[in-house]
Amino acid sequence: MSKDDKILKEFTSKEYEHGWSVDFDVDQAPKGLNEDIVKLISKKKNEPKWLLDWRLEAFSNFKKIKEPNWSNLKIPKIDYQDISYYSAPKKKKMLKSMDEVDPELIKTFEKLGISLQEQKRLSGVAVDAVIDSVSIGTTFKDKLSELGIIFCSFSEAVNEHPDLIRKHLGKVVPTKDNYFACLNSAVFSDGSFCYIPKGVRCPMELSTYFRINASNTGQFERTLIVADEGSYVSYLEGCTAPMRDENQLHAAVVEIHAEKDAEVKYSTVQNWYPGDKNGKGGIYNFVTKRGICNGNNSKISWTQVETGSAITWKYPSCILKGDNSVGEFYSVAVTNNYQQADTGTKMIHIGKNTRSKIISKGISAGHSHNSYRGHVKVMRRANNSRNFSQCDSLLLGNKCGAHTFPYIDIENKSSMVEHEATTSKIGEDQIFYCLQRGIDEENAIALIVNGYAKEVLKQLPMEFSVEAQKLLSLTLEGSVG
Amino acid sequence: MLEIKNLHASIDNTKILNGLDLSVNAGEVHAIMGPNGSGKSTLASVIAGREDYDVTDGEINFQGNELSDIGPDERAREGIFLAFQYPVEIPGVSTTNFMKTAVNQIRESKGEKPLDAVEFLKLMKEKMKLVNIKQELLSRSINEGFSGGEKKRNEIFQMAMLNPKLSILDETDSGLDIDALKIVSKGVNALKSKENATVVVTHYQRLLEYIVPDFVHVLMDGKIVKSGDKNLALELEEKGYDWIKVKN
Repeated sequence: MSKDDKILKEFTSKEYEHGWSVDFDVDQAPKGLNEDIVKLISKKKNEPKWLLDWRLEAFSNFKKIKEPNWSNLKIPKIDYQDISYYSAPKKKKMLKSMDEVDPELIKTFEKLGISLQEQKRLSGVAVDAVIDSVSIGTTFKDKLSELGIIFCSFSEAVNEHPDLIRKHLGKVVPTKDNYFACLNSAVFSDGSFCYIPKGVRCPMELSTYFRINASNTGQFERTLIVADEGSYVSYLEGCTAPMRDENQLHAAVVEIHAEKDAEVKYSTVQNWYPGDKNGKGGIYNFVTKRGICNGNNSKISWTQVETGSAITWKYPSCILKGDNSVGEFYSVAVTNNYQQADTGTKMIHIGKNTRSKIISKGISAGHSHNSYRGHVKVMRRANNSRNFSQCDSLLLGNKCGAHTFPYIDIENKSSMVEHEATTSKIGEDQIFYCLQRGIDEENAIALIVNGYAKEVLKQLPMEFSVEAQKLLSLTLEGSVG
Repeated sequence: MLEIKNLHASIDNTKILNGLDLSVNAGEVHAIMGPNGSGKSTLASVIAGREDYDVTDGEINFQGNELSDIGPDERAREGIFLAFQYPVEIPGVSTTNFMKTAVNQIRESKGEKPLDAVEFLKLMKEKMKLVNIKQELLSRSINEGFSGGEKKRNEIFQMAMLNPKLSILDETDSGLDIDALKIVSKGVNALKSKENATVVVTHYQRLLEYIVPDFVHVLMDGKIVKSGDKNLALELEEKGYDWIKVKN
């Protein structure tokens, strides 16, 4: 037993002395954040020592870093000691029939066009065995494993594919990254892992939705996607249905590796609880998403539709290391009532002939504030690199705000960066034109807003895109008039 | 069908219509003529229900219903159509999508089933012929980058799609060359029936050679000062609007 191990053992056995973390059946850790909690989480998950060390390193960094204050957000003080960082995956309470579901929720489901079976599944009503998602999930998994694709929960991957995890975890978002990423690295509960082997084109959209045991991945989710040489995968995160969660703080991390000639398309629809009309409640969503185009000719494309959360702090980024690699960022961020969003991307051009494209569409209504923040950096050796950024803001009403913060850093003379930005209001003329054709005001706004966001929405997989369109309209319901 | 009595309307406290009377029956074509600033476009907007205008007195009855408490979208669903003088652009929204939304919302308000994609396409193909419009144009963002002629043809195409009871054409001839004018007029004439009525708002007599009116009204200083048949338009063309001013 090495010296480290000894100390570790001492520490872990110490926990027992205190008594509060002894019982492995305990569902929830006590509130508070300290090294013992980090150890407890790791232990509960039966993790190897290297992972515990990795978590502890992240935690020690977390203690040294200050909470970021550069965003254009008003973030209420968060008491990190008042949060419980571990709770065992709980079984949701099953409801007997749709009659027990909140009628408001059913109304929203109907507007989104979600089927009755699906509504039951989402709201926790027992579902018929025939369409049980587990069985769908199983067939799905068989098909993937034939191709050598790994798609499982993060915990499962730690046990079954430790080499892959160890090789890639923390390589894009290291343990000394930003404040929220450090927090996630120290205390993440679970998440998803996905590996696409060399030359394999994943035949279906991978969605966490289909993954068995995907529910309750909790507030500190960790996702790792590795696309080996020449592979392709399209990954979907989230769900257009309203997501209810009692945890106020969410700090997820997503890391993507794209090797030579590989392509990863990552699409998100975020619809967490945004708080009520007066800005009370709602999720604080502090996410770190980053991908590296490691090999030549690789490509990473982020598409996001952000409609939920009280506060969104999120910058899906691409490190374009391989020559000729491509990074893309397509975003629609909608804020209404008192929601705040500070979102954008970073494109770091390192390799030669690297290209990046940023299309950001912000829509603000009510009293909300919506900021685009983007950083385009072209390093010294990134010859002939190109970036094109377009950041548009659309305002509904006169109490909301739209802001654009582009940072551009170019160290290479042969490269070219273009930035376009517009701010507009929905014109009364446009609305009257729609009204005069018999379209009511709500549909008119939906039509105009969806037209405005079309360039981004068309990047989403088909079914997702249709739902996202409905979601946009729903988020803006009642915002004009 | 349309009965306007003593209509007074203003915008930003400027009075524009001062006691206007107009009566339009099914099967009729009326032309409203008048010099710049006489209130022609205001009349068109007020009938359509544009909220920028305040109706301070008088009433508008459409098919027996007083319109003052009815919003523009509901008026449209009841069968009032306005072909705009300056149709607006809506980026990212194709005419096809725009019309599908409109047609189906109108159907829904009447308790009819929405048209599915196939039925809608069939209807569209049929109406496209009327104004000689290509499908490619209808797939583009509405009015974005359209020529003057394309915009007006698109307005008449929409009119054909919605099959209104009362169509108001606001300066539809402005900015059109003679070929485009012929196409647009042909479309309007083809849509004429005993059940519907058309009000043509125009500066010039030229359009009325193609869309022949049953009645011509001269609008000046916010009211109709003279009415007659199509010969009135010719007389105006010859003598100018001052002729009426002097007579008054």
